[in-house]
Amino acid sequence: MKRLTFIALAAFAGCASGPSDDEARQRAERVFRESFTHGNRQMAARVEQQDDVQALCTRYRNEPPRDLADRIEAAETADIRYPASGKFLGDWRQGERIAQDGYGLRFTDPDTKRPNGGGCYNCHRIAPAEISYGTLGPSLYRFGALRGAGEPVQRYVYGKIYDSQAFLACSNMPRFGHNGVLTEEQIAHLVALLLDPESPVNK
Amino acid sequence: MPDPMRIRANMAGDKVEVRVLMSHEMETGQRKDASGALVPAHFIQNVTVTCAGRTVLTAQWGTSISKNPFMHFRFKGGKPGDKVAISWVDNKGERRTDEAVIAGG
Amino acid sequence: MPLCRLPVLAFAAALPFACLAQQETQKEIERYRQLLAEGNPADLFEARGEELWKASRGPKNASLEQCDLGLGPGVVKGAFARMPRYFPDTDRVQDLESRIVTCIVTLQGFKPEEAIKNPFSAPGRPSDLEALASYVAGQSKGMKLAAPLAHPKELEAFRIGEQLFYRRAGPHDFACVSCHGDSGRRIRLQELPKLTDPGDAQKIFTTWPAYRVSQGTVRTMQHRLYDCYWQMRHPQMDYASEASIALEVFMAKYANGGEIRAPALKR
Repeated sequence: MKRLTFIALAAFAGCASGPSDDEARQRAERVFRESFTHGNRQMAARVEQQDDVQALCTRYRNEPPRDLADRIEAAETADIRYPASGKFLGDWRQGERIAQDGYGLRFTDPDTKRPNGGGCYNCHRIAPAEISYGTLGPSLYRFGALRGAGEPVQRYVYGKIYDSQAFLACSNMPRFGHNGVLTEEQIAHLVALLLDPESPVNK
Repeated sequence: MPDPMRIRANMAGDKVEVRVLMSHEMETGQRKDASGALVPAHFIQNVTVTCAGRTVLTAQWGTSISKNPFMHFRFKGGKPGDKVAISWVDNKGERRTDEAVIAGG
Repeated sequence: MPLCRLPVLAFAAALPFACLAQQETQKEIERYRQLLAEGNPADLFEARGEELWKASRGPKNASLEQCDLGLGPGVVKGAFARMPRYFPDTDRVQDLESRIVTCIVTLQGFKPEEAIKNPFSAPGRPSDLEALASYVAGQSKGMKLAAPLAHPKELEAFRIGEQLFYRRAGPHDFACVSCHGDSGRRIRLQELPKLTDPGDAQKIFTTWPAYRVSQGTVRTMQHRLYDCYWQMRHPQMDYASEASIALEVFMAKYANGGEIRAPALKR
């Protein structure tokens, strides 16, 4: 996995209204570590350590300069693992279930044998029958109907779900494949939900 | 045994104002659990409120009342120091009664 | 925490599926909220909190009536409107909940671990802290939030809270800003305030604590943050942690000027 160079900002003198950005960040990291001490230790270890992308997107508040954004997108693109079978389209019915399901990786989700959900409806409109959808992300209704379901589109959708930051540095959307939230098979089911002509999304 | 009701009764002008938060699952019988099985209906069917031996409110509820029902109502004929008693019976025959003393206005 | 059934006035049944449907949904939600504004179960928690405030308890058999919430010992009215703030006696910035805990420990003699033993109500285990917070917050109802941002520790807390607000982490790469960085968005059907926009912050921040219908109890900002971090795939945040207070100082800056409607009513 390519590591991104961490760009250190020159610390500038603290103004009368508080610590400098760098100092504030260091103190915030200490405070963060000291504020999650009684809960699940494994989860704490995971969130205490930001990966390069998380640290950069934090520092730039999700608006990195163009050259850095390009480097993030290139690095994340290189990390995408496409299905070995070359088959991007799974079963849209299972895709709908995965899209509805928010289970997984929360401190109340003890059953690690149960697959994680994608929680897609939290942010997106998808199939028309579901009116309880979020608007944090764009509507995906008629996604396939509008774009066709050719191989390049399938590859794009797969990649976007696997690692959204390959296409938009510091995107709000979780990197479902890269971060191990969803399996390749689950992502293929979601691709089908969006692209299969038989999916309710496209009817 | 469900949690006790939270009840507040105080004078509001010449009426007694009552607020009560009941603790009850109020299952409609139409919800499915994680395994896909129907969760059996379990809901309050009858509510009775009495004050100084007199019935001041009765209610017949169905499945459209949601979990942890909250009621807010007023009635005439009570005074500070009187006890307001609220009782419910559900479709399984379970019941609960809780009381509160009417506070001054 | 899992969303329980939405109470009646349900509109999931047969709305025509168009943009219009969403406006109808919003109108119905607003109408429902107005119907309920008159009777808020939070009133019962406020009353219980007032009882607890005045009750003599603990090893020192004392009440909380001499608690200094920032306006001097014994002054409850208006104190919540000026929180979070720096307190010289503890030499740190504190919010509503942590200050109540301070008073429980210093005035009543409870040990800190005992005082925060049951911060969040569960079936069969109502939380005194939620009731106390409801009472104290309710004594500032109608006033404008005016959390100070002058003392060096308040300024530092703001800067730390700011860093934490943007901090992306965990398997979903979530930060607070992921959901609270834009106006007019929602998660499922729950509208989300842009917390750095006073237009949103002034209306929403001041509705905490609130009776949450889906929780069947009053929840405070401590629980809201704990619950946010749950969604964000972070572990349990410590009650009244320094991070929680820093985040509140950050949010209060944008919410200052908003009218306090706590304890309010939410899904």
